[in-house]
Amino acid sequence: MINIKSYVCKRGYKMTMKKISKNIYEVQKIGKMLVPGRIFASEKIISAIKQDKTLEQVQNVAQLPGILKYSIALADAHQGYGFSIGGVAAFDMDKGIISPGGVGYDINCSVRLLKTNLTKRDILTKQKQVIEGLYGKIPSGVGRGSKFNITREKLNQVLEKGAQYMVGQGYGVKEDYLHMEEEGCMKSADASKVSERAIKRGIGQLGTLGAGNHFLEVQVVDEIFDEKIAKVLGLKKDQVTIMVHCGSRGLGHQVASDYIKKMEEKYGIKNLPDRELINAPIKSQLGKDYFGAMSAAANFAFANKQLITHWIREEMKTLFPKIKIDVVYDICHNIAKFEEHLVDGKKKKVCVHRKGATRSFGPGRIEIPLAYRKIGQPVIIPGTMGTSSYILVGMKKAEELTFGSTVHGAGRVKSRSKALQSIRGEEVKKTLSKKGIEVKSGSWKSLAEESPEVYKDIDEVVKVVDELGISKKVVRLKPLTVIKG
Amino acid sequence: MKNAQQYKYLEHTADIKFQAFGKTIEEAFKNSALAMFNSMHDGKIKENKDFKIKVQGKDNEALLYNFLEELLFLFDSKHFFLNKVKNIKIKNNKLTAEITGDNAENYEIHIDIKAITYHEMFVKKQGNKWVVQVVLDV
Repeated sequence: MINIKSYVCKRGYKMTMKKISKNIYEVQKIGKMLVPGRIFASEKIISAIKQDKTLEQVQNVAQLPGILKYSIALADAHQGYGFSIGGVAAFDMDKGIISPGGVGYDINCSVRLLKTNLTKRDILTKQKQVIEGLYGKIPSGVGRGSKFNITREKLNQVLEKGAQYMVGQGYGVKEDYLHMEEEGCMKSADASKVSERAIKRGIGQLGTLGAGNHFLEVQVVDEIFDEKIAKVLGLKKDQVTIMVHCGSRGLGHQVASDYIKKMEEKYGIKNLPDRELINAPIKSQLGKDYFGAMSAAANFAFANKQLITHWIREEMKTLFPKIKIDVVYDICHNIAKFEEHLVDGKKKKVCVHRKGATRSFGPGRIEIPLAYRKIGQPVIIPGTMGTSSYILVGMKKAEELTFGSTVHGAGRVKSRSKALQSIRGEEVKKTLSKKGIEVKSGSWKSLAEESPEVYKDIDEVVKVVDELGISKKVVRLKPLTVIKG
Repeated sequence: MKNAQQYKYLEHTADIKFQAFGKTIEEAFKNSALAMFNSMHDGKIKENKDFKIKVQGKDNEALLYNFLEELLFLFDSKHFFLNKVKNIKIKNNKLTAEITGDNAENYEIHIDIKAITYHEMFVKKQGNKWVVQVVLDV
């Protein structure tokens, strides 16, 4: 049954959307759109998505040259700038474009999951020391520098080799990067394409969490949905895990700004549905330069989390001398990648933009670390401070429906200003404390702005991708202590 | 006009969106800088640091983008937190200004502004006043 619904969108024109099947909706191709839009969400989420300009942004992306199949928004989608957050689009390598606005300013904003040999009880006996220790050790917040000093020359190595360079310097072990997307290093990186300005913004920020939605969380495995896969990931009930969410800091932000300006200079802004969608042909010099710089910024993000991981290990060792901490996986949220996908029945290399979206490759793909290749790529979906996070694995179906992509989090529903009007940080801390979750942040306002109620229901978001079969639920994690930037 | 509204924040699901106003384009730009820093911290800021800045852009939007980005660059690279914009001049797509402020480490900053965006940005003259609109990526 096809259920067609029309409604007047925020821009005042009629938009038609039809239901293709459960959790799949199509935004009709109109005007300058080259392909239709596809929204992967439940009815409940669709009505939340309609409240802002997400669908108009899906339509804008559908106008970009060389776009293949659909302009996609996933179940956690919300309005962004240019592309929506939770947006995915793939482009033809010859006719298509690459767009800094399709990657986002926080290049390789990403999540790393660490597993420990501790149980919930170990943490509960020292909950206060754990939160104070980690808060003191790992620089968070903004406007503050890192305690880690690095020379300009060594920073180039970071940009070219990412987490692998940090491991080489003694900040981790080889096993760490073997369990990361891209093995913690995008080989396409070209440090010479990163501006001096970007270097100056980022050089003092290596090993910092930042602020906003970035966090460091100590969690416990609360429920297991698939024992077999959980075992391969090395996760069992009551086990303590640590999750780190951060990105490429000012360096990545500046890379995006720099290339937006360069592309404007070269290609002009006429014919763009949104100035933020400026782009360059993938194979043009500028397209190649951006990809090299973006990859370098991605490596900065991998290295950033590697240094933070090292400090977590150091700090936790002082509290639990027999602790062992291993990397489960590390996934990218904001990135463009050249990957092989099936288009019109043929295998084809395409440029996939994921903005606030996670790769979700099914079993067998060569990009997946050997240890996980049989189960599919691990997918880490952080929840909010007060709600669960989920570990899933990628499924083959994702390659068919979403260019091998899935959601990246709960997705906001309430603006920061609305949150500040009705929520106080002190109350958030108190409420969470009653639930057994200790929270620490340099700012009360930051706690209010990131309060659990400003996000969509993570359980609903995860249910949708699990039902669609683009990723499969494996484990649920509950927060014990949360450090917000 | 005394006590005229300098800026107002608008609804945006995830990011910060504001409009800033002025009798002149210079005043609207100055107020947009204040709006940006006020979203990070809304208390009183001391005057301990100052810089002279110079930016250019091929249209008013590009000039605004580059002006705010320069301030963000100083925030990240020099921990500069803005208090005042003085002697701001815009001519032939070039902007010069003197800015004063303090070390950001002295304040509680609750938001990480990652970038200025061109999304829904405009610089317009409406009647006898200038209005600029900006969405910041946070």
